[in-house]
Amino acid sequence: MSGISRTSGGLPTGGKMEHLLTLKSSLPVMRRVIKRKEEAEGIFTLFIEGSIDFSPGQFVFIWLPGVEEKPFTISYINSGSENYFGVTVQVVGNFTERLSRVKAGDLIGVRGPLGRGFSTSSKGPFLIVNGGVGAASTAILAEELINRGEDVDIIIGARNKRLLIYTERFKAEICTDDGSRGRKGFVTEIADEMMGKKHYSRVYTCGPEKMMDALLRITEKHGVELEASVERYMSCGFGICGKCMLNDRLVCLDGPVFNSKQLNELADFGMFRLDKTGARIRI
Amino acid sequence: MLETELSGIKLRNPLVLAAGILGVTKESLRRVARDAGAVTTKSIGKKPRKGNPNPSIVAFEHGLINSVGLSNPGIDAVLSEFGRLDDLEVPVIMSIFARKKEELAEVAAKAEKLNPAMIEIDMSCPVFEYEGMPWDNPKTTEEIVRSVKKAIKRPLAVKLSPNTARIGEVALGAERGGADVITAVNTLPGMIINPEAGLPVLSNRTGGVSGPALKPIAIRAVYEIYEKVSIPIIGVGGVTTGRDAVEMLMAGASAVGVGSAVYYRGVEAFAKIKEEMEEWMRSNNVRNLKDIRGLAHRR
Repeated sequence: MSGISRTSGGLPTGGKMEHLLTLKSSLPVMRRVIKRKEEAEGIFTLFIEGSIDFSPGQFVFIWLPGVEEKPFTISYINSGSENYFGVTVQVVGNFTERLSRVKAGDLIGVRGPLGRGFSTSSKGPFLIVNGGVGAASTAILAEELINRGEDVDIIIGARNKRLLIYTERFKAEICTDDGSRGRKGFVTEIADEMMGKKHYSRVYTCGPEKMMDALLRITEKHGVELEASVERYMSCGFGICGKCMLNDRLVCLDGPVFNSKQLNELADFGMFRLDKTGARIRI
Repeated sequence: MLETELSGIKLRNPLVLAAGILGVTKESLRRVARDAGAVTTKSIGKKPRKGNPNPSIVAFEHGLINSVGLSNPGIDAVLSEFGRLDDLEVPVIMSIFARKKEELAEVAAKAEKLNPAMIEIDMSCPVFEYEGMPWDNPKTTEEIVRSVKKAIKRPLAVKLSPNTARIGEVALGAERGGADVITAVNTLPGMIINPEAGLPVLSNRTGGVSGPALKPIAIRAVYEIYEKVSIPIIGVGGVTTGRDAVEMLMAGASAVGVGSAVYYRGVEAFAKIKEEMEEWMRSNNVRNLKDIRGLAHRR
């Protein structure tokens, strides 16, 4: 983290003494919500006014004053005549339910972006595998790669058709667990098939951890590198509270995106997580 | 060059990971142990605690403020998760807290089963139900320390709050009660309000201030304690660079806690601060930490 700026000090015997000049802060900034979009059943996007220096796979904390603060990825960025960005949220508990009541014109707090996102340096073809609302984490990545002219295949899957998101936004292979739309089956099965037919230079994924863990094994079978966006309970988001530890890695700082090599070293990936007390529990 | 000692415990360098930073799991302690002189666990209590809702830790322009709220899995879970604490590269200080005096002795006795090098008790934790505000009261501090000391065999460090006008006296109370080491200081109560939200940023409203904003307060506290007690001091509060660490030693500390610096400089803060200390010592012809410990007290 480069939150420190330093310069030589002035004491006569100082050698290369160093002083702190500026300290990087990490505080929520209140921003205006300009519109809201329904994405699927219990899944919506809030569009927030202003620009943000964001790279795909990073996250921000959204703060509802007097309620709570939770991490989300940025799922839309619009820069041009109108600057705004979006966060896509699935209602899962009290906080997200309160967030679902936010209207255009309201202020919400944004802290970040934080974390290390996806690497986008190499050449395609790429495969992006999304489980449920995980598609929010890879959406800007997909747009960036497509705009750059890369060959990008996308799989979007959910439990049923009512929970599918971004199916209009991207040309994608669609599947549902119950077959209510697209192919019946898991995203991992389709990914396996597609990797059998085409050699991808990298696979990106975000979704339930068990799904990503299964995908890790499938990508290994095909000899393709995987990058997965991992979720853990977190508080500071800048690497000191330790609540998001995944083995010896900090999900907030070293992640949330990890590659195959890292995932293979993380014995708890797909298996265990820390709960709010710090106790290690089975996923 | 950087070796120091705390109540018979030898440290290869004076940098101690402060309680509450990273130390949730043994693997995280091990990661810091690569460069630190000692590491302190996150504070552990009798029962599991979820802590406060987020925001519970943010960074403002001059430091950090947190109201993490002593989240921890409870001593029994920690006993099975950690197994032992004497198999890391460096000595481990086990930090504990409790709501009541009796509970503190009970947790301390259990904590000792992990073979930590030292046990540290938090004298200013926000869940205290003790009467007489021990962080500001030498007598209550003495009583609490005595009861914990009776329950354990290992060295006991007592962590003090800067939120008192008589920290030297409180430290003396701890020493009389049998403390082997004083850790000073804990965070200082504070608040941050977001003007546009019109509300405090922390969900708990108030929190503890650490980092550079706390440093002069910690230096002064260590300076005063050094004048009062003869047991060694771990000086904690805003140390971010090698020069900061030297300052803390000159105030009278034998070892130096590092916590919020991990935000500014990453886990590498330990290696960097260590290097800067060595460089400072070389360019100022200081060969041994003993030669600068308490130096600022000369008149």
